[in-house]
Amino acid sequence: MAQAALLDRTAFDFLIQTLITQGYRVLGPQARTGAIVWDEIGSADELPRGLRSEQQPGHYRLVETGSARLFDYVHGPESLKRLLFAPEESLWTVDRDGEIRFNETLPAARPTAVIGARACDIAGMLVQDRTFLAGPWSPFTDPYYAARREHLFIVAVNCTMTAPTCFCASMDTGPRTRTGFDLALTELDDGFLVETGSPAGEAIAARLPLRPASPAETQAADAAIDAAARAQVRSLDQSGIVELLFGNLEHPRWDDVASRCLSCANCVMVCPTCFCHREHDAAALDGQSSRRVRQWDACFTLEHGSVHGGPLRPQIRQRYRQWLTHKVASWIEQFGVSGCVGCGRCITWCPTGIDLTEEVAAIRAQPGLQA
Amino acid sequence: MNAAVRPIPYLPQVAEIVARREEAAGIFTFRLRLKDPARRAAYRFQPGQFNMLYLFGVGEVPISIVSDPEDPELIDHTIRAVGRVTEGLARLGPGDTLGLRGPFGRGWPVEQARGRDLLMVTGGLGCAPTTSAIQYALQRRDAYGRIAIAHGVKRPEDLIYGERFDSWCAAPDTQVLLTADQAGPGWRGKVGLVTVLLDELDPAMFRGMAMMCGPEVMMRGTAEELLKRGMRIEDIFISMERNMQCALGHCGNCQFGKDFVCKNGPVFPYGEVRGLMRVRGY
Repeated sequence: MAQAALLDRTAFDFLIQTLITQGYRVLGPQARTGAIVWDEIGSADELPRGLRSEQQPGHYRLVETGSARLFDYVHGPESLKRLLFAPEESLWTVDRDGEIRFNETLPAARPTAVIGARACDIAGMLVQDRTFLAGPWSPFTDPYYAARREHLFIVAVNCTMTAPTCFCASMDTGPRTRTGFDLALTELDDGFLVETGSPAGEAIAARLPLRPASPAETQAADAAIDAAARAQVRSLDQSGIVELLFGNLEHPRWDDVASRCLSCANCVMVCPTCFCHREHDAAALDGQSSRRVRQWDACFTLEHGSVHGGPLRPQIRQRYRQWLTHKVASWIEQFGVSGCVGCGRCITWCPTGIDLTEEVAAIRAQPGLQA
Repeated sequence: MNAAVRPIPYLPQVAEIVARREEAAGIFTFRLRLKDPARRAAYRFQPGQFNMLYLFGVGEVPISIVSDPEDPELIDHTIRAVGRVTEGLARLGPGDTLGLRGPFGRGWPVEQARGRDLLMVTGGLGCAPTTSAIQYALQRRDAYGRIAIAHGVKRPEDLIYGERFDSWCAAPDTQVLLTADQAGPGWRGKVGLVTVLLDELDPAMFRGMAMMCGPEVMMRGTAEELLKRGMRIEDIFISMERNMQCALGHCGNCQFGKDFVCKNGPVFPYGEVRGLMRVRGY
């Protein structure tokens, strides 16, 4: 990694214009319907300024602070997942003319730069890589994910704020981004500390009006990130978590959480690592062609996993148990890493404020109870 | 897009139905052949693996392969018309084309079982995956010890594969035992759960290997009985059924604890799944 450099606040638009002239479509944070999401931008003027996100279990609000800062909110409901694993897309098409013929529908992935990915977002992407890219954990590469992944340029932002629902420090995934980015920024009062994480990032950085960061600036950035880590009020104790949860599959806490869980699947939709999906055919009206479509799905739906029309997990306690035991426990055996990156989105966006760290802690407090 | 991701794992191949055989009411066997000569020449499978079969405009279903792996150009599937896709497939016949992806998953340990006695336990309509292992062993009869096939059905009329059972009965050193939960007129098998058939076996059979397919409750009950009779847990194998949509470990529908049934199964050593099979709704 190259020595840290500083981009003045007034020069931030240089970054966006450089990315655009280098052929990238630039996605920046946008405040839409009360939440931060990513959308295409043409200049730094379009970025929201002085916004903070108030997050609590079941609660998210954007608040104006009057500050000139661009990245004082932590994260919104979206992670990088949507940009790589599309919520809905065609896998292939098929025609019928006597016999059937299959056609590829690989996406024409466009070089895309995303500004403002957080450490948890990148950690989530690295977890999904293990699902969708062939390697030690998966025999098959998903070409749709791989095409977008290859063309994604990531401008990460280190968190100098934390939400009360965040627990990345305990999952060792943040708040500082360590890998998986092209450029990483840390916002200071007057500018942005810039680190490069890839040759593509170095190529962009070389075109920016950067100056060497002073030791004081580097220290200020480190201190702000450390303070964000220390400010986290939630944590997930992962010690022996596989044995803990699989040794307590009939614990009364599953009934307790089921009485609060609406089985709405919000937690799955906002989770940066959840990968479950369903497939269906969308046949043309003339009966001569059809599209094979995949769509995000969740282990909270009755259809998920159903065999011969019968739901595999008819009770909410079974579905919540499936989600949590997979996310934080069997994921480790399956992919060599936890499926939870500590972003806390599932806590913020749960309509009833269910907190997975609290659910694990409750079982840990009284292991061995039987419903 | 680099070449490494091709062939696209979601994209089916075109397969032609070269023959169709009726097995029983609503149950039929397709003999399929890939249209593309290069794909056809490269295709290999193991008994117990499955293919995803695609019906135009409707969807895909996982179906186990029941033919012999030494003749991989012809791929047999026994299908029961039970859902939208399989009912549509039932309307196809020789000359029609469908989509085929595969083979997927882990099959039966037929090589590991060489030289051993084999106890094949099958239940109801779930017996097709076991058929591939039975046929495999019978076609290499000298490579295996005694073979016992214990098959249970709910009612006598649920018995399918009549001809196959007859041919298995006639095979050397092969015992076929049948039971029905409820007997009817003319039923010559036993009455009761499939575990009643275990009493009919030479106890030395429990030092062999067991392969099972059928409802999970039946496989679990039988496996526990086999353990009581001294069979080693590492010699018991089961084939599990789950909803498989992508068959690649990507869609998540077939997750079973740390496993994806599509890639770590469908055949599992019983010891690997025993704990979770006890948990309702897992």
